[in-house]
Amino acid sequence: MEFIKPGTHFDFVGKMKIAVGISAALIIISILSVLLHGGLNFGIDFAGGTIIQVKFSKAAPADAIRSAFAGINVGDAIIQEIGENEVIVRTNQPMTKELQAKVDQAMTGQFGAGQYEIRRIEFVGPKVGRDLTQKAVLAIVFAWIGMLIYIAWRFEFRYGLGAIIALIHDTIIVIGVLSLLNKEFTLVIVAALLTVIGYSINDTIVVFDRIRENRKKDLKRTLGDIINASVNETLSRTILTAFTVILVLLSLFFLGGPVIHDFAFALLVGLVIGTYSSIFIASPIVLAFENIQISKGKRKK
Amino acid sequence: MFKSLKFRLAVTAVVSLVALYFLVPTFVAQIPSPLDRYFPKDKIHLGLDLQGGMHLILEVDADKALESLMERTAGDLKESLMENRIRFRNVEKAQGATISMELTEASGKTALEKILNEQFSDLEITSSAPREGGQLITLGVKNKRAADLKKLTVEHSVETIRNRVDQFGVAEPEIIPEGENRIMVQLPGIKDPERAKNLIGKTALLEFKLVDEENSLDEALRGNVPEGSVVAYGSREDRSSGQRGQVPYLLKNKTLLTGASLETAKVQISDRFGEPHVSMKFNSQGAADFDRITNENVRKRLAIVLDGVVHSAPVIQERISGGQAQITGNFTMDEARDLAIVLRAGALPAPVNILEERTVGPSLGSDSIRQGIMATLIGFFLVVVFMFIYYRLSGLVADSVLILNVIILLGILAGFKATLTLPGIAGIVLVIGMAVDANVLIFERIREELRLGKPPRAAIDAGYAKAFVTILDSNVTTLIAALFLFAFGTGPVKGFALTLSIGIVVSMFTAVFVTRIIFDYFIWNRSIQRISI
Repeated sequence: MEFIKPGTHFDFVGKMKIAVGISAALIIISILSVLLHGGLNFGIDFAGGTIIQVKFSKAAPADAIRSAFAGINVGDAIIQEIGENEVIVRTNQPMTKELQAKVDQAMTGQFGAGQYEIRRIEFVGPKVGRDLTQKAVLAIVFAWIGMLIYIAWRFEFRYGLGAIIALIHDTIIVIGVLSLLNKEFTLVIVAALLTVIGYSINDTIVVFDRIRENRKKDLKRTLGDIINASVNETLSRTILTAFTVILVLLSLFFLGGPVIHDFAFALLVGLVIGTYSSIFIASPIVLAFENIQISKGKRKK
Repeated sequence: MFKSLKFRLAVTAVVSLVALYFLVPTFVAQIPSPLDRYFPKDKIHLGLDLQGGMHLILEVDADKALESLMERTAGDLKESLMENRIRFRNVEKAQGATISMELTEASGKTALEKILNEQFSDLEITSSAPREGGQLITLGVKNKRAADLKKLTVEHSVETIRNRVDQFGVAEPEIIPEGENRIMVQLPGIKDPERAKNLIGKTALLEFKLVDEENSLDEALRGNVPEGSVVAYGSREDRSSGQRGQVPYLLKNKTLLTGASLETAKVQISDRFGEPHVSMKFNSQGAADFDRITNENVRKRLAIVLDGVVHSAPVIQERISGGQAQITGNFTMDEARDLAIVLRAGALPAPVNILEERTVGPSLGSDSIRQGIMATLIGFFLVVVFMFIYYRLSGLVADSVLILNVIILLGILAGFKATLTLPGIAGIVLVIGMAVDANVLIFERIREELRLGKPPRAAIDAGYAKAFVTILDSNVTTLIAALFLFAFGTGPVKGFALTLSIGIVVSMFTAVFVTRIIFDYFIWNRSIQRISI
């Protein structure tokens, strides 16, 4: 079986301008979305606060839960249904003995004793939130730099630059999609972003490797030609691997439970964007750098 | 040597068997008796999000410990100054961990310096200003000493919390200092998180203080608290209405005895109402002190204060020499038991604040395991079927090493006693999708070589050789990302980075090394003419 017929020759480099246009638009939409939402919708890991996951033994309408929480002065509570008779309540209040007592009282009053089970409590104070934010940003930036150094060492510096720009591109767009859908930005999402970075670079390197190999074969060929040929030759692999990973991600997305749900979603988005950027963004940037260098060289002469 | 099929097969067999060996306790519930000695005992260790439990990050308020040290020191300093006949006014603890004082004679400062050198070597003069022939002086703790004290406070807190948790009875608790002044506490399988938090977070500073009966409590409540006394409250439950009210007390400032003088504490049931109370036994020094205090203060009231709350203030009827005392109050059995534990384990040297709490109930944990296993199986099934459809028999080769990959991955987790979390399971699922990448790369190369008209043997050789560099480069970069995730991530996220990293490294072994054995076997020994790819 073959998805991509051998000898396929699609002019990726020729479509570079269109791709750059699309990417620029996506990045602008992403940044606008984040700005218009007044920043990211940070989860308690970063913003601080408390979430309480409650499972009810019978149907519990969100309105009833909301009024129960309003009754105990936790009016800022956000109620999210995550499955059958199960909700996550989020508030900015810290988890204290008083809050716990009030929640128990309100739930018992509204639904009766023994009709609910508190299955998860997470509380993050503002201090830890700040620490975690700092760590998350550092992790992502260091990952970018780590990639840049490794690729610059294994290939050439401009390949590293091409790869890094593609990675930053991926990260911004995934964050933008999450922001557009108003998804919560949590620690798990940061893990997803780093995984996307790892995956996307993986894809990019496969193409770079082929470029390096093809250059050695024929020194007279132009870089544009070589890039086109290399992307085409690796296209079958790129799509196959993306497909197997999408298979497992769909499995995680539908079966992994509420905690994994958003994680799998972010990975799915990142996988699509990462695959696209490896084909359309990373290599053309390398070419663009080469063109800039050539024109600079000409001017000097 | 690496050419030899038998040798490579042996390596694979050994690796697989070792992995399986470590997995035996995880998958075999009860190993029959004579055999169990030969197998490891530990199952794969599950994270709190899978087995249920409580994770806390506590912050030790070490500054508070310094401040209370300064409060005590101020009293001692006052006595020293009097002994040495240095004239002073107002020696008191000021803002933060400092003592402010006023010396009324010009010679006072030199004399003070001498005392500091001899008796209070931890202190230094941080500022002094002349005033009315004397000086206004501020004392602080020397920087290095303050840092030492804070470190000691954190260490002592860790020790105390460990004692309390041990006595409370939690299997495999983890209590680890983190950073400068934080403590991470993990309590797997805890049933009543609220109670555990109380037990860990309570300062449990027990103090015995005399009730000030010479001055008027009403006057003090109006704001005129006499020097050397302080207003404290106790709670009282009205037996008829059941309502809790606050009762004010006027206490002498001086602490006569603290919980540090206790030898032990235990719960007893009083005969009259069947109510539990906590009975305490002092150590020999404490008993002697208690004997002296009760002897000197017969007919006066002695307040028992726990964390600033007056529990009771009985009248001392007579000298008490046995070294026994008790705390009564409206305790439930659990409350009394927990109080006895914290008294036995000792007071925390400083208050602790909960910075982060993550509690997962056992039912959610088992749900997560079920969902995780389901997602893994379905993801695995989809990939296996797809690989077979796309690559035929070669796909089956990739599928078989995929199983091996997961087994080795789990074996490594069990062998190194690493923790499997829910994101960790997601990592395994992702590995299943990503590990086949190595085989995809190889197979695509082999197909290319075959298209060029090479015979199977040459195509396989070239395919593996050319794909290997790519596989290495692409996996190293994925590892770099996972490494940073591991270094900066916390808790469950670390578990994801771990399984992903292990899985990728293992895939280099299974997808490259092991599949090659299978191909070589068929090419060399069966000399097949056509590859099903």
